[in-house]
Amino acid sequence: MEFNWFQKKEKKVLPEYFLEYKNAFLNAEKLPINQTRFVVFDTETTGFSMKKDRVLSIGAVSLVDNIINVNNSFEVYIKQEIFKAETVPIHGILKYGEMDKINELEALKQFLKYIENAVLVGHHVGFDVQMINEILKRNKLPNLVNKSIDTGFLFKKSKHAVYKNDKKHYTLDDLCNELKISKSDRHTASGDAYITAIAFLKILSRLNNRTDLKFKDLLF
Amino acid sequence: MKNSIAERVYDFLKNFPPFNLLSKSKLLEIATEIDIIYLEKGKVLFNQNDANHKHFYIVRNGGISLSKKTEKDNVLIDICDAGDIFGLRPLISKENYLLDAIANEESIVYGIPIEVFQSVSEKNIKINKYLITSFASKSFDPYTTEQSSNVFTDYIVKDSLKYSNLHSVKYTKNPLSCTVNSSAKEAAIKMSTQKVGCIVVVNEAKIPKGIITNSDLKNKIATGVFSIDTCVSEIMSSPVITQPKNLTVLDAQLQMIKHKVSHLCITVDGTSNSKLIGILNNHDVLASLGNNPTVILKDIKRAKRTSELRKIRNKANILLKSYLEQNIPLSHISKIISEINNSVIIRVVEISLKKMPTPAPVKFSWIALGSQGREEQLLYTDQDNALIFEDTTAENYLETKNYFLKLAGYITKSLHKIGFEYCPAEMMANNPKWCLSLSEWKEQFNSWIINVDEKAILLSSIFFDFNHVYGDATLAKELTKSIFKTLNKRSLLFNFLGKEAIASPSPLGFFKQFLVENNGDHKDSFNIKQRALMPLINAARLLTLSNNIYEINNTAKRFEKLAEIEPQNKELYQSCSYAFKALLKFKTKQGILHNDSGKFIKLESLTKEEKLKLKRCFKPIREIQEVLSLRFNLSK
Repeated sequence: MEFNWFQKKEKKVLPEYFLEYKNAFLNAEKLPINQTRFVVFDTETTGFSMKKDRVLSIGAVSLVDNIINVNNSFEVYIKQEIFKAETVPIHGILKYGEMDKINELEALKQFLKYIENAVLVGHHVGFDVQMINEILKRNKLPNLVNKSIDTGFLFKKSKHAVYKNDKKHYTLDDLCNELKISKSDRHTASGDAYITAIAFLKILSRLNNRTDLKFKDLLF
Repeated sequence: MKNSIAERVYDFLKNFPPFNLLSKSKLLEIATEIDIIYLEKGKVLFNQNDANHKHFYIVRNGGISLSKKTEKDNVLIDICDAGDIFGLRPLISKENYLLDAIANEESIVYGIPIEVFQSVSEKNIKINKYLITSFASKSFDPYTTEQSSNVFTDYIVKDSLKYSNLHSVKYTKNPLSCTVNSSAKEAAIKMSTQKVGCIVVVNEAKIPKGIITNSDLKNKIATGVFSIDTCVSEIMSSPVITQPKNLTVLDAQLQMIKHKVSHLCITVDGTSNSKLIGILNNHDVLASLGNNPTVILKDIKRAKRTSELRKIRNKANILLKSYLEQNIPLSHISKIISEINNSVIIRVVEISLKKMPTPAPVKFSWIALGSQGREEQLLYTDQDNALIFEDTTAENYLETKNYFLKLAGYITKSLHKIGFEYCPAEMMANNPKWCLSLSEWKEQFNSWIINVDEKAILLSSIFFDFNHVYGDATLAKELTKSIFKTLNKRSLLFNFLGKEAIASPSPLGFFKQFLVENNGDHKDSFNIKQRALMPLINAARLLTLSNNIYEINNTAKRFEKLAEIEPQNKELYQSCSYAFKALLKFKTKQGILHNDSGKFIKLESLTKEEKLKLKRCFKPIREIQEVLSLRFNLSK
């Protein structure tokens, strides 16, 4: 075959489930905050390395207008070959535990179907988004396109001017203490997602008290 | 799919009736279908006459107030706490809501779809019975509760005064008693160790025969008429007046007046031939009525737990409301309310000190800051407080500081439970920054005064108005002295404070229109705090500081003092004082009306007369701002 400089790289055909996910963004209109669907999610992982570590479970809840619908929550446990004994005490997920586990690709499909074009919310959400993007990459797919909001960043924003300079790094536990949120179920993906959702709502109301809250204020 | 959130919901629901009557699988089915609703304080869940939702509700955290609008005003029916169910009756009787449900504080509420609940519980007789009795007990008219076959009568209070007089009084159960053969001395010892003012004399069958009160001991024993070994039966008042246990407040008052007694004995069947089960005194009757400041103050001093204090403090709010309705002068109202607030804080500190393993290692002073320090806090607001402890040696410093931080942690937590929200800016004594030794505090203030910057100005409105509340007052006094010493050396702070005081323009615009907020949630409303109260507060602080006046924090009083020492500006200062009081009252009334801080006022809700009144208050603001810019050379 003749070599052609201009031959395009063969255009990759995206699978059905990903096209469906992407299409949700095409005609999405801009909604005010109280009509926006937020998906608050958390991942439990084998560690903090984007490349080497793997997602063991994803938990998420969705909320619209300050209401969390329990029936529309999301929780999956994922079979992974990579396993680190040292993180088991944190997340409590055993390699051969009783939990019904699905494979990574199946989890990804379900997750994309669940989140649609919602705004993603998480505590230090950058990490969780990256972990999902790594799964996408392993499956030769493009990154997530959802907007995302970090509760850690929002919380700092809600602090009084006097304390603004503090370069403190707020953990989810710090937020629980300061916002008086019960810490039961901490360190399960679903539990952390729920706690983060409550924290998110509390911080939103704080910010709303002080200023006219616009959507752009919430993003990085 | 596993649903951990539903399991969490299940774990909560299973503790509360009627859900505790359901099997695990059925309750889980319900838990999976619920909505978790977050409500900011003041947010409406449903309004009277709204069509019913598909859900009924149970409070998870916080509190929801249920109230009924009448032609004249809004009557509070109930405040639902964690575990309380509400909004169910309209779903069953298929009617619109009869009450307003509004978040009384920041709350989380579970919405339970009625369809799911009914399909799961339909054939459960116990649940039906529970629901029927719970409706019945919530119907507030005590005479229909038992007799009426119609259990779905609405629980509407027709007349709030009637209600408060017709509910049953809370009496003291298991009162102190002694036998007819005891001596006066034995009775007195019992009263003294139990710290109570009366003892009931009973026979072997526990039937009350007489009563001995403090005044009997004073009049009969201490005067020498009877010796302390006299048998109690000789000095007791007899016979006693007995009453049944479900006595109403109104009846109790009538009985006491009729028989000219201050104590009533409660017996099993209400006659003088049955066993003693309780005692009721004047104080209990007044306390049941709940709107008497001396009773409230006494109850605060007696309270043993934070939860009791919370209930008592809530009564003070009812009191505040009735005072405002009766048009009692604001200076009087704020005196009483700050007295109540102070006693609550004092009691909280006392209770918290008991929780500590050891007594305080050195002396300390608990101080109130900001509006609380100025005694201008009428409604619940955020906590602003700090702690000064006595200087200690370098090796003991850390231990001492940690002790007070722990103590302050207990105190702020209790205050929070009572209803004083945590300060979002953490101006609280449990913050290591605001729990300092006396020398550290002096240094802190000196640095604010000498190195004035925006931060210092921001903090000045909070910290310069501090007020000693509990502990050793000399620490706070020494700090004040040190502040004025530094102030007299440097006056740059005055210049900054002056700029701050005139920064907010006069609330009347060019054409004598109100300046309203032009963006945000409060668009078109008037920010009374920022535009009217703060300029006056800032001006008063600056003028008193620069005149070396200390230990007067209250803004109105500051202006009155200024009128005394600067006769040439007497009229202006007096009108500032008057305007301040009027504005504060205005804000408080608005706050009560909307159950918030009252900061934002919707102009269209005001009558013409109210608008004029408000405008009159603004004149002195502009004038005092002019005085400040001349005196402190604040050319714009």
